[in-house]
Amino acid sequence: MRVSRAHPLWLAYVLHRLSGLGLALFLPLHFWVLSYALNDAARLDAFLTLTDMPVVKAAEFGLVFLLAVHFFGGLRLLALEWLPWSAPQKTWAAAAVAGSFLVSTTFLLQAI
Amino acid sequence: MPGQDQGQDHLTVTVMRGGSDAPQRPEAFQVPAYDNQTVLDVVSWIQQNTDPTLTYRFACRVGMCGSCAMMVNGVPRWTCRTHVNKVLRDGALEVGPLRNLPVIKDLAADMDPFFDKWVAAEGRHHPTRSRDDDIAPIDPAGDDRQAASAGIECINCSICYSACDTVAGNPDYLGPAALQRAWTLFNDAKDDSRDAILDAVSGKGGCHSCHSMGSCTTYCPNDLDPLSAIAGLKRATVKRAFGGRK
Amino acid sequence: MTEFRLYMAQRLSALVMAPFVLVHIGVMIYAIQGGLTAAEILGRTQGSVFWFAFYGLFVVAVSIHASIGLRTILGEWAGLRGGARDAVSALIGVGLFAMGATAVWAVTA
Repeated sequence: MRVSRAHPLWLAYVLHRLSGLGLALFLPLHFWVLSYALNDAARLDAFLTLTDMPVVKAAEFGLVFLLAVHFFGGLRLLALEWLPWSAPQKTWAAAAVAGSFLVSTTFLLQAI
Repeated sequence: MPGQDQGQDHLTVTVMRGGSDAPQRPEAFQVPAYDNQTVLDVVSWIQQNTDPTLTYRFACRVGMCGSCAMMVNGVPRWTCRTHVNKVLRDGALEVGPLRNLPVIKDLAADMDPFFDKWVAAEGRHHPTRSRDDDIAPIDPAGDDRQAASAGIECINCSICYSACDTVAGNPDYLGPAALQRAWTLFNDAKDDSRDAILDAVSGKGGCHSCHSMGSCTTYCPNDLDPLSAIAGLKRATVKRAFGGRK
Repeated sequence: MTEFRLYMAQRLSALVMAPFVLVHIGVMIYAIQGGLTAAEILGRTQGSVFWFAFYGLFVVAVSIHASIGLRTILGEWAGLRGGARDAVSALIGVGLFAMGATAVWAVTA
């Protein structure tokens, strides 16, 4: 029988797990490319020019998205586990953090 | 009305059959449809009118004993208080034994692992006094008592255990019901073994295996909140590790 | 190691990384303006004690965090149990740390 369980907290759990898995799989590649800087800066540049390709740009967006999702999902988990707050308090706190992040990032993007 | 064959007033109900000695397979039954009937009514109708060998479990029929839980259209539910009309999917009803437990036969799951873990989580009373002492006065409005009272209406139906994907992936995990029981005892002024409780829920498969997916709290038929109880245990173990006492 | 210690290591490494992640995202947004070049990255990081400490600690924390997280996934989704699971995740942790340390050394030394 197909199990039915797509409620918000379960989706948050799956998102956190998949984003964490994705980041863990990406890390070795990330480290490997950067380590070229040690003795072959030209080769690092060759990799970095790849970042102009739209498909690589999309993948970069995906990675930053995974990182942000895992970051906020993790803060949510820490608050849920370690702060004895009521459910509405946690919702407001999460909304406040997300809102201030949005505002400050927008500012950052405008400023640079 | 959904769920009826044209003009026949019948429901098609798929029941999972089989168990420990026979492979599981779905079997379809035609059951008369009524405006008001529970999933347990439907299962009982099949057993009484079509196939007397259908095995299932129930006792009180009023949501108190916790024995009639089954998977209904992919969700664990107490069948005696689940109206068919509210859970039909595309007019169909699929009933199976509880997930995450061995199947004895048909719709009867083997509850042994569920209760063994209840004991493994120190889900038993550790008295502070003997029968010769006076009864300890308890303030019903106190924070500890409120935390304990929030979880004591558990009827051991195993719906949370069956709903939890952490149980499905980790056979050692004690599960929401046993951990919630540990949390109520931890907050009970009449319980003498808080450290033993925290030790029991800190081992392999203890409260730290929980990923807060919250299916326990979402599907608990008594509106209990094992998710928050387990978070309470995590907090208590962290506090203890930093030298804090409750 | 007990489940509780792994839980604490997982949560504490997460807390350590929280500010690092914010700075990392900020630097990424800043650094990609006008394209990425090796010279630009190395100009910022080479010989900097600050970035060495920043990325060094980041690598230590992420190796701990990711190997514990993958250990959970290996158990729940890949059915790996007992010593085999612990050995594989320890290996992943050591491997991530070695690769990360090489990368940090490459861009800051």
